[in-house]
Amino acid sequence: MLSPAALWLLLFTLIPIGVAVYYSFLTRGPWGTIVYEFTFDSYRQVLDPLFLEIFARSLKLAMLTVAACLVGGYAVAYWIALYGGRHKNLLLFLVILPFWTSPLVRVYSWMIILSDHGLVNTFLGTTGLIDSPVPLLHNETAVLIGLIYTYVPFMILPLYASLERLDRSVLEAASDLGATATERFFKITLPLTKGGMLAGSVLVFAPAIGEFIIPELLGGAKGMMIGKFISLKFLGLRHWPLGSAYSLLLLTMVLLLLYLYMRAGGGKEAFQERQ
Amino acid sequence: MKGKSPPLLRVLCIILFAFMYGPLLVLIAFSFTPTEYGIGWEGFTLKWYQEVFTNNNILNALNVSLMVAIPCVLISTAIGTLTAFIIYRSRFFGRGLFQGILYIPLIMPDLVMGVTLLLLFTFIGLSLGIMTILFAHVSFSIPLATLVIIGRMQRIDRRLEEAAMDLGADEWTTMRKVTLPLLMPGILAAALLVFPWSFNDFVITYFVSGVGSSTLPIRVYSMIRLGVSPMVNALGTLIVVVPLILVVFGMLMEKRRV
Repeated sequence: MLSPAALWLLLFTLIPIGVAVYYSFLTRGPWGTIVYEFTFDSYRQVLDPLFLEIFARSLKLAMLTVAACLVGGYAVAYWIALYGGRHKNLLLFLVILPFWTSPLVRVYSWMIILSDHGLVNTFLGTTGLIDSPVPLLHNETAVLIGLIYTYVPFMILPLYASLERLDRSVLEAASDLGATATERFFKITLPLTKGGMLAGSVLVFAPAIGEFIIPELLGGAKGMMIGKFISLKFLGLRHWPLGSAYSLLLLTMVLLLLYLYMRAGGGKEAFQERQ
Repeated sequence: MKGKSPPLLRVLCIILFAFMYGPLLVLIAFSFTPTEYGIGWEGFTLKWYQEVFTNNNILNALNVSLMVAIPCVLISTAIGTLTAFIIYRSRFFGRGLFQGILYIPLIMPDLVMGVTLLLLFTFIGLSLGIMTILFAHVSFSIPLATLVIIGRMQRIDRRLEEAAMDLGADEWTTMRKVTLPLLMPGILAAALLVFPWSFNDFVITYFVSGVGSSTLPIRVYSMIRLGVSPMVNALGTLIVVVPLILVVFGMLMEKRRV
């Protein structure tokens, strides 16, 4: 079946991955040229301590983002689903709205808040609490804030969907049998919305681990993540074979995560919620 | 389960909404500030907007962005509609695999997509420019458009098509006169989603745009690298607000149609 979509994806998604595989087995010559010589060197360098450190930090930040989005996103989804009333659609709309806005500009808006001459420092300065600006940008916390800010809508939507689907009569039954509100939440609501939590976690984790703009604008050297590291390999050092190997590693990880998730039977939910 | 929400929950939600919208409000507020460096509260000015509209680099970038986004919407909604038909209406060998591959561009980290496309274009010797940006954008827009249109397709009452066929319409007429009009809201929704995604894309474009082909986000990025400035705030405000107005307008239009 050679539909236009299949052809397009073959040309501009699958073949490029193949080209990356090809490049990852080559070597870098002087001044960033490519030496056409088959080698496993790039994959050996995956164990480079600097790379491992950045990889570990990316993993940590992505996981913290998922955790924070789960807590905050659950609260919002729960509130909208159960107490939204006639404002339900408006509130949902407010959750979706950021999808239509520029991620670059949204991350930039945090620079206005956190930079040395930014909102927070100016405010603290005029109130006399500080004498010189506190460095708030270019660290892990700034990156984490940016990640949560960018990805929390991805968590709210699937959580909301699974809360909406929750059969309310089960909760009423539990209530009639004497369960307290806390018991109902932890023994019924939470387990029954596991699907939404899982879907949201995947939707947040997958883009967060490979994020590029946020570490680029808010991270600096201390907040370096794997995405920025890879881009430096391509555009800075022009070490394309190594950059290819790292990109493929990142891609494999994300696809593997997705595969495991689909096998756990969650596929439908994640994709339906993105529509 | 009706009634007042627990106060703690309400506070948490208000904080989260403030977190989601606060930074953009700050951006908008400071686009009207007269101070050149840092942030000041005194006064109100439109001069940064004036500067945006008279800056040739920005206007050129806007031009490039539109030259990518508009064809991208047309191509990807057309292919998306066709793909939705294929996936939803026919059973063929490898359908599951095809659907899986269709999702790859959505799942792939943007960075990996940008980098692998850069490798491909270099490998085949295609020089980077508007064309390569368009190729890249259509690649992530096809799956997006397809998903939205399939979503609509699942809600179409098949009996309407059967009725048309029973009344003597052939397959082509049925599709043109019954299915497509019913599908139109979905196609419009897909276009409304694809346009801002293409227009706002930064990461993928960053890797596949050439020297003379900066889109608006690329231009904004190089301005940001020079530091926070009220001009960037004004430009950023426009980039966020104008598409939102279009989207809200489009949605209201759609609501009226149905």
